[in-house]
Amino acid sequence: MHELGIVFNIIKEVDSIAEQNKVKEVKEVTLEIGEVSGVIPTYLTDCWKWACLHRSKLMKNCELKVIELKAKSFCEDCETAYDTVKHGRKCPNCGSAKTYLITGKETNIKDIKVVYEEEENVNEKSESKTDK
Amino acid sequence: MESVKIIEIKKSVFSANEMDANELRKELKEKGVFLLNLMSSPGAGKTTTLIKLINELKKDLKIKVMEADIDSDVDAIKIKDATGVESIQLHTGGMCHLDAEMTKQGIDGLKDFDVDLVILENVGNLVCPAEFDTGACMNMTILSVPEGDDKPLKYPLMYQVCNLVVINKIDTLSVFDFDMDKVKENIHMRNPNAEIIPISAKTGEGIDKLANFLKSEISKWRKM
Repeated sequence: MHELGIVFNIIKEVDSIAEQNKVKEVKEVTLEIGEVSGVIPTYLTDCWKWACLHRSKLMKNCELKVIELKAKSFCEDCETAYDTVKHGRKCPNCGSAKTYLITGKETNIKDIKVVYEEEENVNEKSESKTDK
Repeated sequence: MESVKIIEIKKSVFSANEMDANELRKELKEKGVFLLNLMSSPGAGKTTTLIKLINELKKDLKIKVMEADIDSDVDAIKIKDATGVESIQLHTGGMCHLDAEMTKQGIDGLKDFDVDLVILENVGNLVCPAEFDTGACMNMTILSVPEGDDKPLKYPLMYQVCNLVVINKIDTLSVFDFDMDKVKENIHMRNPNAEIIPISAKTGEGIDKLANFLKSEISKWRKM
């Protein structure tokens, strides 16, 4: 259910970017999802098709691609980075709890693949040139 | 006759919602309406606490309530019957949280804005509501004694985004292994600025303290 809300947000954002860019159709959306973002990629895929079909304008046949980003934390005491999922908040090298997450919380829209109708925008400039 | 292109976006999924939320917050400030977003797990006592709190506050503040649920209107009816305050029910359409756009629709649906405080009772859930900024001026969460003092460790984001944590059902402290000092420590680990107020919505203990805290926060916000 959580993922459905996120998918609705993605659709809203992508549809509006697609409209601004006057594209005909969005073919593919690529997301970057961090390992500890709380978003589960397979759940996203589950509701993706339905949501695109019912809630989007330019994304009716849009594929979803997910790039998963590993979670890494940094220890302030011994100044090393380590795997967050494996070791949690405690540094595996020195045992310190003074650690913070460097990457892994991302839920980004990376890019979109769009289709344009060709032979457009050619005369745009000449039309708006001189009006006096 | 068709050309395919890649458009780089590099934007957080939540950025559209955050923009909507900031806009709503600005609009509320102009109207002078303080929006309080109340979140908790199901059964922590949101509705019971609200009834006691509203009855304490309604002589000083004009209040309205928005109830968000996946379905049904039992909470809206309960609040109206017990406090006389207008309450509208929002349905999230199957979703586990409210976002800023849905909240704005709710605010617009209140008709008249002769109101000081709008309380949004979010869907009972400790995960998703924390992730979606509703545009509220303050986030509040209720942690009830039977849920355990380790809740802030399991749902860190909820406690990070809430500046007011109410510990409810303190009348049951004697039957649960709930350590009040430990819960405070766990909450402050996630959010050092969180105000923690222990109450019992059933007996009414601590409700006056909660009401006074909110009144002072609202008047601080007005002067901002």
